[in-house]
Amino acid sequence: MDAKKVDRIAKRVIQTMVLMIVVLLVLILGYILVTGLSQTKLDFIFKISKAAQAGGGIRDQLFNSLYLLVLALLISVPLSLGAGIYLAEYAPDNWFTRMLKTLIEILSSLPSIVVGLFAYLVLVIKFQIGFSIIAGAMALTFFNLPLLTSNIENAFRNLPDSQREAGLALGLSQWKMIKGILLPRIVPSIITAVILSSGRIFGEAAALIYTSGQSAPILNYANWNPFSPDSPLNIMRPAETLAVHIWKLNSEGLTPDADAISAAASAVLIIVVLLFNISAHYFGEKLEQKLTAKR
Amino acid sequence: MENDVQKQLTSPSKATRENIRGKALTFIIASLIIVLTVAVIGFIAIKGITTFTKDGVNLWDFLTKSNWNPGSIKDGKPEVGAAPMILGSFLVTLLAAVIATPFSLAIGIYMSEYASKKTNKLLRPVLELFTGVPSVVYGFLGLVIIVPMMRTIFGGTGFGILPGAIVLFVMIFPTITSMVVDALTAVPVSYRQAALALGATQWQSIYKIVLRAATPGILTAVIFGMARAFGEALAVQMVIGNSVLMPTSLVSPTATLTSQLTSQIGNTIMGSIQNDALWSLALVLLIMSLFFNLLVKMIARKRKI
Repeated sequence: MDAKKVDRIAKRVIQTMVLMIVVLLVLILGYILVTGLSQTKLDFIFKISKAAQAGGGIRDQLFNSLYLLVLALLISVPLSLGAGIYLAEYAPDNWFTRMLKTLIEILSSLPSIVVGLFAYLVLVIKFQIGFSIIAGAMALTFFNLPLLTSNIENAFRNLPDSQREAGLALGLSQWKMIKGILLPRIVPSIITAVILSSGRIFGEAAALIYTSGQSAPILNYANWNPFSPDSPLNIMRPAETLAVHIWKLNSEGLTPDADAISAAASAVLIIVVLLFNISAHYFGEKLEQKLTAKR
Repeated sequence: MENDVQKQLTSPSKATRENIRGKALTFIIASLIIVLTVAVIGFIAIKGITTFTKDGVNLWDFLTKSNWNPGSIKDGKPEVGAAPMILGSFLVTLLAAVIATPFSLAIGIYMSEYASKKTNKLLRPVLELFTGVPSVVYGFLGLVIIVPMMRTIFGGTGFGILPGAIVLFVMIFPTITSMVVDALTAVPVSYRQAALALGATQWQSIYKIVLRAATPGILTAVIFGMARAFGEALAVQMVIGNSVLMPTSLVSPTATLTSQLTSQIGNTIMGSIQNDALWSLALVLLIMSLFFNLLVKMIARKRKI
């Protein structure tokens, strides 16, 4: 067979495979959105879930997911900012730094179930916190910390050295230079990184089933006392999230309309992740416009 | 008076002290990550080896025997044969990678060699979106679409290795593809131009030059995907069938390390042999994750030479 024929065939084969994948992706997205949004009324978002009968909602699970996300970010953003600054600006090139980087890579590649089990072992069992939001938030922090740290480190590294030199030449201390000159410039990249990691946190379930637990006590949204067990703000209560709820519905099979609720909850999850993605892109583009003066 | 001036001039200024404090603070935070990682590995390792040290299980039996029934004792030894789960994990991972790699390569080649900038601008965010789809959603789709499909085609329950691998394929495919695209676009344009100038067709330049130059990157991408597949818990657990049996076919219910962990660890009592055995599974998972990490490192080191 001559080379030109092979060339044509190869191109055709590749195009067919791409088409197959695109069709597959469209089907997946379409299936979730169509079945998810058609089988239930939209008000299921505001209804409480029911274990053994049809017609349940996802109100508390959705709140739990959001609350866990906020708590996990509250813990992990300052920590990864500190570690990122150290790695990019202060860390000398020695064995300690190399070990630190290797360990961050290892931590980021650990399966989330392993991280979840570690949090279960240490927080839930050893420290006897029990299944609670705070244990879940810590597990999510363990899982989010390495990626967010390397994102922030890279953001610092991408800044031109002239910025640092200008700051130091003005007589600023290194800390002042980092805080006053570098940090403001990478705020947009940090926001993008945080939004993208929010998407991952929001959909995470394996690290949560044995930390924040698989039960969702019915919440009383009028009760703002953080120490009361039915208060939404209480961080010591168990909290089943949306992703865990989908898993539980399908692996226990007690709920008669499990399929419909799972489909609808999946649609909600996908829409939220989509929103996170779009806003991350929006911020990313804004940043590019600002830095390159492109309109 | 003179002393005061001297003191002021020779002692560190406020800004210096602030800098030292800042450096110390960020150093402590960075060290926290070290403590955390070492703690994760340490705790799981200690918990994982009690099966062998305290409960007297033979490591070889654990890896090769297929009788998983940690509660019961046979011939003076607890029945802790984890082979079905280890095999299950490897099979779903390999199968998923085997399905995903050709498609990832196709999309990668298409995006880096054939597609216009406009098409790429559309495809990239789509890949990113699918990387971000939560794994439970893939598991749910597998349960309501793929498992019934398997049931009608092959009979039986429809649960097993094949549906697990298909779900994992869809899950790891976007990850592998994005990394393949990066590896292919990192090949300098001059390589392609040189090939074309020598009279090679586009396919020859892709197949003989670009793909070879990008091989380390492509391998890294596939290993990354496999590491993700190996550690994925819930999506697999939903479609694998969860019975600890040696897989007799690709559609017979079985279990993986992760599926057994997720479905059982809540049902066992801390410190019991049933529980210890599960932590040993977690240890296997951890070791495999470290192994994948090492592979990626080795490829990266080779690339530098």
